[in-house]
Amino acid sequence: MVKRTLTLEPLLWLLFSAGGVVAALVIPVLLLLFGLAFPLGWLSPPSHAHMLAVLGHPLSRVTIFVSCTLLLFHWAHRFRYTLYDGLQIKHLNELIVLLCYGGVLVGSIAAGYLVWQLP
Amino acid sequence: MDDRITLRLARYRPEEEAEPTFEEYEVPCRKDWVVLDGLNYIKDQLDGTLSFRWSCRMGICGSCGMTVNGEPKLTCETFLTDYAPGPVRIEPLQNFPVIRDLIVEMTDFMQKLTTIKPWIVRDEERPLAEGEYRQTPDEMSEYMQYSMCINCMLCYAACPVYSLDPKFIGPAAIALAQRYNLDSRDEGSGERLDILSQHEGIWACTFVGECTEVCPKDVDPAGAIQRYKLDAALTSLKSFLLPWGAR
Repeated sequence: MVKRTLTLEPLLWLLFSAGGVVAALVIPVLLLLFGLAFPLGWLSPPSHAHMLAVLGHPLSRVTIFVSCTLLLFHWAHRFRYTLYDGLQIKHLNELIVLLCYGGVLVGSIAAGYLVWQLP
Repeated sequence: MDDRITLRLARYRPEEEAEPTFEEYEVPCRKDWVVLDGLNYIKDQLDGTLSFRWSCRMGICGSCGMTVNGEPKLTCETFLTDYAPGPVRIEPLQNFPVIRDLIVEMTDFMQKLTTIKPWIVRDEERPLAEGEYRQTPDEMSEYMQYSMCINCMLCYAACPVYSLDPKFIGPAAIALAQRYNLDSRDEGSGERLDILSQHEGIWACTFVGECTEVCPKDVDPAGAIQRYKLDAALTSLKSFLLPWGAR
């Protein structure tokens, strides 16, 4: 078990890293648009039908799903090391790995389901 | 008359005491005096039993690293006036065993440096008759920054990961590995990767970045480690996807 997580480390780091890029570049833009610019009337928001059409496109669905999954991988890696180093509970490694990457799996399935449900 | 400043020094004399203690000494606080000048004043004028390492007093040798008011510093380039009116607390570098007073045990660090093969590795050495390995200025600038390390160990003293896990190979050793990996004359990056891709190698680093903050030579070990992580991750991804290809 331990050996397997060690050999997976480069792959997990790449996913963490990709998630970091998404978190740093995509999320702030979305937050700025949908959290500030549209509600405060700085920009005129797209119509509901327009948004739905954009979100319904297969490419948008894939992009949203992949972004959510990468963000969850980013969280999992950060949280795992926070538990290792911050709380110093590295001896619970198996449990931590299960919690973090199990969380990614559950979260990704939920994201996939929601994206699939889009009309 | 000179201003004066109090230095609060960590003392540890293993033959006399079981625990480190603090002793205070008052030294002149001159504008051109660094902490190391204060320590040498104490050694020469006040208490000859004080032990500390130093050599060049100009930021080249890397011997005089200590903890000054809680921060890892080269004492030869840390001015006393910056800490006026004092007192200034001076302790040995953190994360290392203390031998005596301000002197730490550095065997672990020295061993870690050698494990990453800090020399030019060639698959096959060229005969001397064929001349030297030549390099353009551009090729040299690739690794120049990482070659500035003076082994002062401030980065190890600042690293929270090394503090938690002494098996972590540490910032300076990884930056030194990059210094050779990025050298156009070197062919040893595969051998180094085997050592550094272990968990105590690059993956233990959580990019806190304190190593780069305290580095007196602007080596940027944190940057070296992140760059190495990307190289290592892509290399292992490649060997996973193309297992038959040579690494």
